[in-house]
Amino acid sequence: MTDTSETFMKINRRHFLATGLAAATAAVARPTAASAKGAASAERVVLATLLDISKCIACGACVEACRETNGHKFPQPQKPFPKMYPSKVKAADWSDKQDVDDRLTPYNWLYIQTATGEYKGKPFELNIPRRCLHCQNPPCANLCPWGAASKDAKGIVSINDEICLGGSKCKDVCPWHIPERQTGVGLYLKLAPSFAGNGVMYKCDRCRDRVALGEIPACIEACPEGVQTIGPRDEILAQARELAERTGGFIYGDTENGGTNTFYVSPVPFDVLDAAIEKGPGKPHLAAVGNPFSKEEVLARAVYAAPLAGAMAGVLHLVRGATSEDDHE
Amino acid sequence: MNKPTLVFRLTVAALLFTGFAQMPIFARYYLADVPGFGWTADYYFNHVAHYILAIVLLAILGWRLPRVLRRPAWTAMDVIVGLCWAGIVLTGIVRVMKNQPDSYFSPTLVMWVDWLHLGFVMLLGTASLARFMTTGTKASGRGSNRP
Repeated sequence: MTDTSETFMKINRRHFLATGLAAATAAVARPTAASAKGAASAERVVLATLLDISKCIACGACVEACRETNGHKFPQPQKPFPKMYPSKVKAADWSDKQDVDDRLTPYNWLYIQTATGEYKGKPFELNIPRRCLHCQNPPCANLCPWGAASKDAKGIVSINDEICLGGSKCKDVCPWHIPERQTGVGLYLKLAPSFAGNGVMYKCDRCRDRVALGEIPACIEACPEGVQTIGPRDEILAQARELAERTGGFIYGDTENGGTNTFYVSPVPFDVLDAAIEKGPGKPHLAAVGNPFSKEEVLARAVYAAPLAGAMAGVLHLVRGATSEDDHE
Repeated sequence: MNKPTLVFRLTVAALLFTGFAQMPIFARYYLADVPGFGWTADYYFNHVAHYILAIVLLAILGWRLPRVLRRPAWTAMDVIVGLCWAGIVLTGIVRVMKNQPDSYFSPTLVMWVDWLHLGFVMLLGTASLARFMTTGTKASGRGSNRP
């Protein structure tokens, strides 16, 4: 760990805690309009994380801390599962494999990927903590037809396990296929369990309950190497760029999928890492990802303008019709 | 049926289809397995198609609005149908706004917007069917052939 990196992490932890405490103190001590506004703006600060993967030693402390801290959110499915139709719909059951920690599962929201290979003639071995990247414009939340996935004011993307139906669309549209399904749990059991839905989708919620209390996510707190830093997105992105520039490293997550709130900084290019890691179900890639909503962002302007343009045309049509009738008279 | 009415009805039908394609049902119930229908399970494609169709629908509804507002008498069913259209349009536009980068809407609001968008569509379908069954007029055209 470099001195500069240590300073960054400490400053960010201090700053993060100070921001939360300042907002809480202001809200309690002086419940004025000004302090309420200050607290509200503090609540709306989008937080991002920086992962300096050159520091990760794959000790697994973050994985363990995640499981311990979020264990109360893990699924407790009812068995036997309802028979589902058509028969090609299969149950996804991880309840008997809760100890699996070498991939993402409904019971393991963070795991460590290892990349070994050679870059510029030198061998490397890098460990990469993998979890949801918490996109700025998350496809899982934008395309969930049920409002179960959403992004909050702090930039945390989470899935509401009380209403999720487990259709797995969020996993399909996520470029990294992060969310994982557990059958036999959730709202679908009370609706039409044989014909619609298939459980609940689970993924990292960046310890949103802890963050709401002004604490930092468990994986960050538990890391003995200071791999992760959390703070306001602009500051963390600036730190990621500075770190990459200083070390000749590379950044992943700043522009991927239209931008995320997770920035990996690596001494090895990510296309090299992507080729070196094991990929597959529950094991996301590190390939480049474009903005999936570029078309929608342009079309949105036409959506706003269309009713106004139509109404203006309608009024003109009526006026011209009335004028024409007057002329005939 | 004149051309504008045909365009309106085809647009509504296509919006219904692409709207339901937002749910993971076409892959589950084999429609996407039919040769040539694989696109029905392509969420991104149907999302863009829903936007484009919504632009057409919103322009038509905007064009109709001054005429509708000049209507001399409103039945209870007219009001219900009108409110359904208003609800669909409003929740749809909020959803589009929410999907823009850097936008923020509370998770609770997003959930209600999603549920209400679907609910208004179901209600409009029910009301249109009821009106057609009782009076023989269609909700979209209110008996006229003009959209």
